[in-house]
Amino acid sequence: MTRKRPRVAVWKFASCDGCQLSLLDCEDELLTVAGEVEIAHFLEMSSAKADGPYDLSLVEGSVTTPTDARRIQEVRAASRALVTIGACATAGGVQALRNAADVAEYARVVYARPDWIEALGTSTPIAAHVKVDFELRGCPIDRGQLLEVLSAFLQGRRPRVSTHSVCFECKRKGNVCVTVAKGTPCLGPATQAGCGALCPSWDRGCFGCFGPHEQPNALALGRRCRELGLPDRDVARLFATFNAAAPAFQAAREAHEAADRGAGGGA
Amino acid sequence: MSEPNGEAPAGLPSGGAVGAAGRVRTIHVEALARVEGEGALHVRLEGDQVAAVRLEIFEPPRFFEAFLRGRSCHEAPDVTARICGICPVAYQMSAVHAVEDALGLAVDPAVRVLRRLLYCGEWIESHALHVFLLHAPDFLGYPDAVAMARDHKPIVERALAMKKAGNDLVAAVGGRAVHPINVRTGGFWRAPTRAELERLREPLRRGLEGALDGLRWAKGLPFPEHDFPCEYVSLRHPTEYPMNEGRLVSTAGLDVAVADFDASFEEVQVPHSTALHARRKGGGRYVTGPLARYALNFDRLTPVCQEAARDAGLGQVVTNPFKSLLVRLVEVAYAFEEALRLLDGYAPPARPYAEGPLRAGVGHACTEAPRGSLYHRYELAEDGTIVTARIVPPTAQNQASIEDDLRALLVRRLPQDDTDALRHECEQAIRNYDPCISCSTHFLKLHIERSP
Repeated sequence: MTRKRPRVAVWKFASCDGCQLSLLDCEDELLTVAGEVEIAHFLEMSSAKADGPYDLSLVEGSVTTPTDARRIQEVRAASRALVTIGACATAGGVQALRNAADVAEYARVVYARPDWIEALGTSTPIAAHVKVDFELRGCPIDRGQLLEVLSAFLQGRRPRVSTHSVCFECKRKGNVCVTVAKGTPCLGPATQAGCGALCPSWDRGCFGCFGPHEQPNALALGRRCRELGLPDRDVARLFATFNAAAPAFQAAREAHEAADRGAGGGA
Repeated sequence: MSEPNGEAPAGLPSGGAVGAAGRVRTIHVEALARVEGEGALHVRLEGDQVAAVRLEIFEPPRFFEAFLRGRSCHEAPDVTARICGICPVAYQMSAVHAVEDALGLAVDPAVRVLRRLLYCGEWIESHALHVFLLHAPDFLGYPDAVAMARDHKPIVERALAMKKAGNDLVAAVGGRAVHPINVRTGGFWRAPTRAELERLREPLRRGLEGALDGLRWAKGLPFPEHDFPCEYVSLRHPTEYPMNEGRLVSTAGLDVAVADFDASFEEVQVPHSTALHARRKGGGRYVTGPLARYALNFDRLTPVCQEAARDAGLGQVVTNPFKSLLVRLVEVAYAFEEALRLLDGYAPPARPYAEGPLRAGVGHACTEAPRGSLYHRYELAEDGTIVTARIVPPTAQNQASIEDDLRALLVRRLPQDDTDALRHECEQAIRNYDPCISCSTHFLKLHIERSP
């Protein structure tokens, strides 16, 4: 009865809170999980805060301010294992759209007094700052995958999280391919599985919220979207959402933005 | 490890920057969007006077309104959902209504039913989370719902079942619970079948019972005596308790179309917050959210919910913010009842979404997020590209009132010397407003400066 329970902490950086909410959304498992581990720091859930060290830290969000760039170092130093959860933490999130823009101009658009706002010019994934032991993808993450990652780290094994494309999930579900059957542009071939091929199951093309899989050919997929009639500007937009700064998606976006400029588009 | 969230970010003016009202700068701001996530409370006391109360929100700015420019209007619902993982449906609903307003696009009545169903799901999951997991532990002296479950397991288990029913409803209509994928301009990518929704009936029915029982339980919680009357603002619809549509009305007599939002409200930036403060033009602070909706729309609740409210000791207007917990539960019961009613009449639309030509224009929409009115305005170019975007979330609208409410509470409690007790009361008072999940729970670091 007195066995020492592993100490888990949950941290938030720049994010929407949706990924840490996924933990509270495990309605059937929450009380069981809370019995297996000591939730030592989880501001979204509890006012009880215990100091580190922690056996496992789950980190949501990206680094966008000098304060957070310092804070992630402290979190890493206090954590035996560190797992990032969600597209903000693994790729910089939708706020990484600033990376290719003038952030001072952004601040002027949103705030009357941009000089009161502290923000870095980039939104970067946690792995750009500290060593990360595992990255769980998704915008938002999948609850089932989160529970698998928790179990795996508590048992000292590698999480069983597939790194193949969404296409495999469509095949497994028996979905008719939306691109082949309807000519719908779909990022599934370049996107990591994990959502259960959600969008194609609802008659829409995948928009890549789990980010690129291990060996994506995003450039070829972009060309295919173009052949299906999507203008270059829209192909660029398709790659530039929640994983815009993931290198494979960023390269495809830049290629189609260049093509759009070359064609005199965008006007 | 030090608590890194408790300090104001470097580079901001400090030391009474808003200690006097004259130092608050009144500036019109074109745009705002961020999730209200992290903050602190700063209180300055001078003798027996409360000299300054600052609710400091320093969620890192994410600049949604800036990067929405140049995107297609059809991307607005998926992109703005990411402002808040707790209430993505609210962002998607305000976005699609505003874009459809700009495009002059009318939707199928069955699409309207599905949108209301989706919103019911979000109200249920968000309110159940707040009431039982975040707010109730305050009244019973627990640090969290897990600790509370050791002594009140049936309550917490039933709350989780209600929350799950709400999430399952969002997923059945929207594809998944957090950041639904099925919402689009004109309707939905695919309309769920009757059978897909029908399996929700039993959990929804049990949820309604759970909410009514929860209300009977919660009315016995020790609510502090506190009264904070102020102007309440919410939507009002001709026949329904408001979610997606209506006029903006207030307890001070405001009654305007949503398109007149900018003529009626303004936002100012204060140095201690990345959330902008909203106020009535020519007026002052106001409150939006469950207390406001309830006070302005009590007659739109069902007889079952009206009776449950009366049984819980609530009048038709509630001005004790601590009792917002009970009002949220009335709204949970309403959302379950309304979802069951909508389920009865549901037949999938002939086409899941309406389409129309793109055109230049301006569109506005306000919908009722669980936390209050959420305003979106988009200006579109001829090809449907977003030229400007403006988003005013409920917490920004409530922030000035939260500070004033805390001030009122502190004045009354000043003789209290115990800083821990004061901190707890302040935290609880902030959670009355359910500002947003990460700041509605336990973020608070209370600095009290006392000068003679």
